[in-house]
Formats: sequence, C-alpha cells, structure tokens
Amino acid sequence: MSIDMSQFYQVFFDEAAEHLGQIENLLVSIDLRHPDEEELNAVFRAAHSIKGSAATFGFSDMADITHVMESLLDEVRKGTRALSADMVDACLAARDILTAQLAGHRGEGGADPAHTSAIVTRLEQLLKAGNSPAPVVEPSPAAATPAPPVAAPPALSSALTAGVFDVRFVPEPHVASQPELLDNMLDELGRLGGVEIVSRPAVDSDDPQWCLKITSMMPADMLRDVLDFMAEPGSVDISPVGGEPPAGEETAYGFFDPLPDVLPQAAAGGEEAARVECVAVEDEVYGFFTEPSPAVESRPVEAEVSPESVAVAEAVVPAKGGGDTSIRVGVEKVDQMINLVGELVITQAMLVASAQGIDPVLYERLLAGIDQLQRNTRDLQETVMSVRMLPISMVFSRFPRVVRDLSRKLDKRVELKLLGEHTELDKGLVERLADPLTHLVRNSLDHGIETPEKRRAAGKPETGIITVSASHQSGNIVIEVGDDGAGLDRARILAKAREKGLSAPDSLSDADVWMLIFEAGFSTADVVTEVSGRGVGMDVVRRNISAMGGRVDVQSILSVGTRFTVRLPLTLAILDGMSVRVGGETYILPLGHVAESLQPTADMIHSISGVPRLIRLRGRYVPVIELHREFGVADGCADWTRGIMVVIDVDGSQAALFVDELLGQHQVVIKSLEANFRRIKGFSGATILGDGRVAMILDLPALASRARRLQSVAA
Amino acid sequence: MSKNILAIDDSASIRQMVNFTLKSAGYHVVDAVDGRDGLERAKSQQFDLVLTDQNMPRMDGLALIRALREMPAYQRTPILMLTTESSDEMKLQGRAAGATGWMVKPFDPLKLIEVVRKVIG
Repeated sequence: MSIDMSQFYQVFFDEAAEHLGQIENLLVSIDLRHPDEEELNAVFRAAHSIKGSAATFGFSDMADITHVMESLLDEVRKGTRALSADMVDACLAARDILTAQLAGHRGEGGADPAHTSAIVTRLEQLLKAGNSPAPVVEPSPAAATPAPPVAAPPALSSALTAGVFDVRFVPEPHVASQPELLDNMLDELGRLGGVEIVSRPAVDSDDPQWCLKITSMMPADMLRDVLDFMAEPGSVDISPVGGEPPAGEETAYGFFDPLPDVLPQAAAGGEEAARVECVAVEDEVYGFFTEPSPAVESRPVEAEVSPESVAVAEAVVPAKGGGDTSIRVGVEKVDQMINLVGELVITQAMLVASAQGIDPVLYERLLAGIDQLQRNTRDLQETVMSVRMLPISMVFSRFPRVVRDLSRKLDKRVELKLLGEHTELDKGLVERLADPLTHLVRNSLDHGIETPEKRRAAGKPETGIITVSASHQSGNIVIEVGDDGAGLDRARILAKAREKGLSAPDSLSDADVWMLIFEAGFSTADVVTEVSGRGVGMDVVRRNISAMGGRVDVQSILSVGTRFTVRLPLTLAILDGMSVRVGGETYILPLGHVAESLQPTADMIHSISGVPRLIRLRGRYVPVIELHREFGVADGCADWTRGIMVVIDVDGSQAALFVDELLGQHQVVIKSLEANFRRIKGFSGATILGDGRVAMILDLPALASRARRLQSVAA
Repeated sequence: MSKNILAIDDSASIRQMVNFTLKSAGYHVVDAVDGRDGLERAKSQQFDLVLTDQNMPRMDGLALIRALREMPAYQRTPILMLTTESSDEMKLQGRAAGATGWMVKPFDPLKLIEVVRKVIG
C-alpha cells in the first residue's frame, strides 16, 4: 500500500498561504519594544506549522527556511532574545521567499535561489549574533578544535542544537578483550554527548560490531578521533541520523536517551519503573515512553473505563461531523453554481414573461407558483452571489506591509488607518483591485506624504496619515485612499501637462486639472523614484478601474491632503441595467454610468457643417452618438426630437446616446462574449431577456471615448 | 470493530493526511483542530488512541495530555505526540505529562500506520 501525498497538496497550499498572510500581518503590526506575547506565539506557530506540513509533504525548501525562522522566533517568544527591526525585516523577507516558493510548488513562478540563500544566511547570522544564550553549533573547522571536556553530565539540555549520530565500529581485538578499555572509550565518548548502546556483541558472537547512538554537539570527526584509537581501521562508520544535513537536526530523534526523572506511567508495569523501555530503538522517528503494554493491545480500552465515565460519555451528545465551520471549495465550483443560478434567473424571467396576459382567475395557482419562484430565485441568487463575496481586507491586508517597507525606504513617518475592512465585494473584483489600490497607496506615500522635516516646517505632526476606507453606497462599493500630505499642486500639474503636449487651459476647473494626473505618461515627481514615479501607473490605475465598470475621482486641497475615490459595482456577474430600444433591437446600458435621459428640443441640437452632432445641455456641449447609426440598425428613429437622449458619464467625460425609447430597468446576468465569440468593440457582453431574446450590453467607457474623439474631430 | 483514533492537529493538511492514512489502514478517525477541541471530543466519545500535535493555539498538546490523564477514561489510553518538536526537553515534558510515545514530523504515512499498529494493533 502506498499513499499519494499529492492529494493533500491543495490543502497545504491554502493553509500555508493563510499562515504566510498571518505572519506578514503580525510582523508588520508588531510593537518592537513591547511585543505582545500572544502575537509572538502566533507568528512562531504559523512558521512552525508551515515547517511541519512542508516537511511532511516534501517541500523541503520551505521547511528549511521556516526552520531557521522558527528557531529565531522561538528565542524571541521565550524571551531569550530581543526583537529587532532587522529581525522583522529578515523574517518578512523570508516570508516573501516562502510565498514565492509556494507559488513555485503550485506551478506559478518560484523563488530565486540566490535570493533564497541570501535570506537564509541573513537569518542564520541573526540567529548566531547577539544575545542568544545557546551556542549555535556549526560543523566548522573552529568547532573541530578540541573543546574542553563538558563539565555537565552528558548534556541533554543543549540537544536542541545537537546532532544525533548512528555509530558502528568493530573494536580492535585487544580492546574487545579488555572491558575496562571499552569502558574508557565509552566514558570518553560520553564527554562529547549522550551515548546509548544500541547493540554490543554477545560474548561469543560472530558479529563483533558495536552499534551506538550518540547525541552530540560535536562534529562527526571528533567522534571518529576518539573511536580511531580503539576500533579496527576502516570499521568506523558514523552517519548522522535522519538524512540530509539541514533537516537532519529535525528528523534525528529516533534514539531513546536515558532521560532522567521519569515519571512512572500507570501502565508501565511495576518493574523498571525508573527506566524507560524503548521498544523502537532501532527506529529513528518515533519512540515510546512506555512499552505499549499487552493489556492495551489485547483488551479493548472500553473495558478499562469506569461505569460512571461511560454514563458521562453517553450523556454528552457527540459533536457530529467536522468541527470546522467553513469548508474550502474550488472557485470553479462556485462559478459554475453562479452560472446555473444565472440560467435559472433567465428561465424564471421567461416564465414570468410568458405568463403575462393569461387569465389570472383560471391560472391562479400557476401565477402564485411563478410568484413564489420569483422570490425564491431572487433569494437563491443573493445567497449564491454572497458565496463569491470576500471582505476587502483581503486587499487591505497587504497595505501595512507596503506602507512599512516604503516608509522605511523613503524615511517618512506614516500611520496607516484602515476602515471598513469587512466590506464585501466580488472575488473577481478583489483580485483585480489589489494592484490599482496598492498603487494608489504607494502614490500617496511617495507623492502625498511629505518628509518629517517638511511636515514639521509646515506645522503638521511629523507622522503623516494615510487612510484607506471601504464602504457600500447604493449598490456600489466606494473605496477611498486619502492622505494628509502636500496636496496636488495645480500650477505644477498644468505646467507639466503643457510640457507633455496635453491641452490644459488655465480655465480648467480644479477637478479637471486633477484628472490630468491620470493621463498616460504624466508624472510630476521631480525625481523619478523606484517607487511610483515612472509615469506609468495612474493611467493604468484608471484604466483598470474603468475596465471593472468603476471610476476614480480625486479631491485635493493644497497642503491639506489628497483623496482618491474609487467607485465600483458590487459584482461582475450581475449588473443593474437600463434597457433601451433602437429600431427592433434591445440594448442594455449599465446603470452606473447613466446620468440622465431626456427628449431634446429642437433648440438644444447643434449642428456642425450642417450635420447635427451635439446637444447643448445646461451650457455644456455634449457629443451625441446615434446608436442606430453606430450599430447599423436600419429601422431606428433618426429624428432627434422624437427619440430619447441617454446621457452617460464615464470618468468625468459625458456623451449622449440617441435611442428610440427607454424600456425599463432590470438586473441582468452578464454572459461573456469572449467565451464564445471574439471581442466586439462597443459591447462588454450580452444577456438573455425575459422573452428569450439576446440583448447586447453596451461598453459605455468605449463609447464615451469614441464620443470624445468625435468631438475633437468636430472641433 | 475498528478502533477509534482521535487525531489532533491545527494544520488542516496534516489532519487530512493523518485522517486519510489511518482510515486507509482501517481505523476510525475523528479529527480535532486544537487541544481544546480534542478534549471536547475525547469527553464525548471514548477513543482507543489519541494522536496529538504539540504546538497548537488555545490548548497545546502537553496541556491536552495532562487534561486527558486526569480523566478516568483516559488514564490508560495510549497517547502519541506527533510533533516537529522532538528535543529531549520536549520528550521529557511529554513523558511527564503522560504521553505514551512520540513520533517526529515529518513522517511517512506508512510509518504512521506501523507505529499505530504497534500500539493498538
């Protein structure tokens, strides 16, 4: 029988990722001078747990790093070593390596070996240096110089750093015949560590080989030196127990030492109570303090139980099933479920549509059933969608680390405030939000928060504050990244924009000036920093957020601070849509971008070169896109005064879409086009309407930018 | 009748592996996520063998073993520590707490079966 370990990998991956996240969070927030004992324990436990599982499942690279990390953390948590910023830095760096290694095992990238060994060395140096009470033994030449005999009895207390050796030798005939020589040799070995005789040749045995197990902090060479005097040349075989050296320390516990102060076990049997039987002495990885007594083997344990304890056991209702209150499920299963619920919503809508107009008296029960179905479907949909919802803390949790590392690098003092971490949003959004939000936070730290000197000069506290908050607002999630830094400098942004050849008249409102920082290639940093200043970034941030159907706004007051506001729909799978008719076609507009709709009067229409192109709306000219023309719908209404203008607002730029009429608002289930067709410009997806027809969902950001281009062509 | 084993470890992957391994060997296995959980389970059902990790939140392995040994029903039940911490110090403590034996993590699943067979057949 063999057991395939790979079947447990996924659980290990998830678990290790969780622990790594925990390590990071705890280390970042830890108070260097007065570290919380429970927090230290938790960090240690996380590292320890990864080590144990990684080693079990054969990921020795991860086990090696966590081993050193654990040793360091163990001393800290036991109070024998003070926590330092360097140590936290090194542990965080090690955590990053572990994350990369984990990704490597998952088949996504991996860790740079040079980097890895650098971190291990750094951790080892930290472990060696400073106030460690226990000498760290390395099989180095220095350690091979004869050490003064250890005064203490074969010290077991230091065995944390001791190695265990499996020693075999054949004594020279003259030694073998003189017991006192052998005793001398054993004493000599005893000074180097704990000696245990595994087997000695019987008096008349053919096999003269001795077999010892030695626990010693000394390198194998020193043991050999002692044995060489007594043993036959070439017969000495010393091997560290437990395989390869780095893990050797760990796996090397198979021997059974004559440990003092044994508490006799109840089941141990009267004789030899003070000595411990080791039934598994030949084995390296386990042992018994008491020989498993035949009583245990032959009699069912229940027989030993006193009657009243049985009664108690029966009285207590056994906790049924697993103790875990959550289960891990693959994302694809959840997605499949959401997909099916989407189909169900559509089927339900079809039923509702086809039940319209039937006699409510004759079909009372059918209609009641459809009503019930509608309610249940909605509840089911909400419940299933909530499965995909994750708290935004999944993204926020990386910010403390980002802020810590970056503020150390930039010599700035920053306090990070996170609010609304429990706000939930779709898993897909969480993943895609991570990068843009991280960029905003780095941007605030790099460009927003001033150096402590500047802040002092400006009469502000030296420590700046970055606030990241999330909240739900009417079907949207709103995330704000704010700082109390220098604020945006209007004059500088305008100058920079002109330098870049962007149109930037002085008459622009503040809000429009701020939006300039989202233009491609825009960066006002005097020095291009490693951090956020390559001029790529803010435009990417805006593009990413737009792609999720969201938008970014900026508010800023000079020397008071800057605040970025990101608005996003709650989920990617379902959207609130407005359905409009163009000729015989129905289109869906995502409601989030719809600002207003109106029927224009003749005096609002403005023509350029005789062709109507714009409408004038409260003093602003808004470019018009005629959907029937855009999508080639032959029977669409062409008279602007008889149709409807739907004004959309995407990232602050407006456009009016000309449609025949508005049909209504509904929640629509988004079906991806790309899954089955290629991407079509102007459409972000499709949905199935209640009557079974397919309606395209318009890509409003794309249409808005098209309108902008039309406008500039017209101008 | 298959023997009941209580396996306690805070690591889900180890738990899964131990559970799978011992079930494959024909034992009935109940998991617990930490010492306190393990103690609760031990109170509600009699086990023939307890396997416990040492380092766990809420209640560690040693505390669990001590608590179990105070229960009349578990005074003679074999308890093995499955732990990465196999220093002599730890073993001393383990024995003082009343553990029957220890096994070092990482371990080979087949070795685990072998050890468990030695103890409860």
